[in-house]
Amino acid sequence: MTLYQRRRLTNLFALSLSVAATGLALSFLLWILWTLIVNGLPYLELHTFTANTPPPGARGGLANAIVGSLILTAGGVLIGAPLGILAGTYLSEFGRNSRLAALVRFVNDVLLSAPSIVIGVFVYEILVRRAGHFSAYAGSVALALIVIPIVVRTSEDMLRLVSDTMREAAAALGAPQWKVTTHIVYRAARPGILTGILLAIARVSGETAPLLFTALNNQFWSTRLDQPIANLPVVIFQFAMSPYDDWQHLAWAGALIITFSILILNIVARSFLRARVPRY
Amino acid sequence: MDTLYRPMTDPQQYSSPTDLSATRTRAADRPAGKVIVRNLEFFYGRFQALHDISLEIPANRVTAFIGPSGCGKSTLLRTFNRIYELYPDQTARGEVWLDGENILERRYNLNRLRAKIGMVFQKPTPFPMSIYDNIAFGVSLYEKLPRRRMDERVEWALDKAGLWGEVKDKLRQEGTRLSGGQQQRLCIARAVAVKPEVLLLDEPASALDPISTAMIEELIDELKADYTIAIVTHNMQQAARVSDFTAFLYLGKLIEFDTSENIFTKPRETATEEYITGRYG
Repeated sequence: MTLYQRRRLTNLFALSLSVAATGLALSFLLWILWTLIVNGLPYLELHTFTANTPPPGARGGLANAIVGSLILTAGGVLIGAPLGILAGTYLSEFGRNSRLAALVRFVNDVLLSAPSIVIGVFVYEILVRRAGHFSAYAGSVALALIVIPIVVRTSEDMLRLVSDTMREAAAALGAPQWKVTTHIVYRAARPGILTGILLAIARVSGETAPLLFTALNNQFWSTRLDQPIANLPVVIFQFAMSPYDDWQHLAWAGALIITFSILILNIVARSFLRARVPRY
Repeated sequence: MDTLYRPMTDPQQYSSPTDLSATRTRAADRPAGKVIVRNLEFFYGRFQALHDISLEIPANRVTAFIGPSGCGKSTLLRTFNRIYELYPDQTARGEVWLDGENILERRYNLNRLRAKIGMVFQKPTPFPMSIYDNIAFGVSLYEKLPRRRMDERVEWALDKAGLWGEVKDKLRQEGTRLSGGQQQRLCIARAVAVKPEVLLLDEPASALDPISTAMIEELIDELKADYTIAIVTHNMQQAARVSDFTAFLYLGKLIEFDTSENIFTKPRETATEEYITGRYG
């Protein structure tokens, strides 16, 4: 066998292995999606979106849980994204090589990998127990704690992608550093930062553990922030574990809604990043 | 003419601060030095990149800085607008005088300095905004112009940079969508729009095609009527074509500074001669 033939064989072998591995990983994803569609789609009806979660045996939907999830996620992002962007800005623009920045990066990595149940228990301790009851804002704070490290990391990375020559060019015109950051660097990194926020939303919209300890759940329609609030993950958790068929059906429908929302959000985020990040 | 500039390559002449007033009183019989560099040293951390540089950049002339890679020519240019201060480990010692003031002094206002000294970089750096806003951004740092005056200023600057005809119908288009040569002229327009007195060009044509390069060179020739221009270039033909004076740097030292004619036809230093004849670099 010539050297060339051996190389071709080795290449073929490595290629088949990697294709097989990719196929295996993809097949699980497709399997999950397929199972959700088969089990959830039949129960996805109009009143799933208009009726509230029912008592066992009654006809109902997920309207309160869907709206609750939207409120909780919006709250979490409104708290977490600005903090995350500001911290990312500090790390990339102002503190870059300082010791404080290294410390912040380390702590942020720890927070990034903190089990979400720990975050739930933490917020329970500082907010829920003091207030004496579960509440939507406690749920949003818990989600914000998950959003922050993701946004810090992506913002810093995206801001760093903006070349130093761009900063120099703006500074050479006489722009003070805050103006260079807000007018030039933010603008250049905006698609990337927005993508980071979208990915953070995708990540928190399926979180269950932090909400169990904070927002809990609510059988009824509620949009009050100081009251427990219904939300999809906890409803799915509760209904899927229940012995009632109609609750289990709603759990499937809810799982389908969450999964496809996240899938769509991810696709949007990615296409956004691809289309809008030019090379600077 | 050449005798006027030759002594300046001798750092000894500037060994004491009192020499400055002496050179300025004699300013009448030579082109005025717009930027006067005296005993300049530059450090990247502990590494010394410039050693005891002293020279005068004459007003309304083009002065070229040539030398092999790493000789410190870009570094020297970057001290003139203190852009190196973006990086905390970079320090400069010595004096750089502009209109009778030492700009290296801490209390010299950076915004004022950069309003007077504009810079164009090797890589075109259009900001991620429209062509119009690219120009208006710098102007609005210093002047609050009503809309109509801003329009005029943008047109004036683009016209100065020879770009107006090509972009006048697409001022709202992203600056990043222009070609490389157009982007670089946009950067020149942006620098000119602030109405500086000195333009620093750091290899402005090295990333461009020959036609764009020719346009930039013509532009430099036109701009020198109104501006004092310092240009760093790798390209010796370019230095010979566009500049009135040329400084040759080697290993962080100023080897020779003279009229471009003298540097390229009868250099005094063998190092200069070897460099311009392509013996190294």
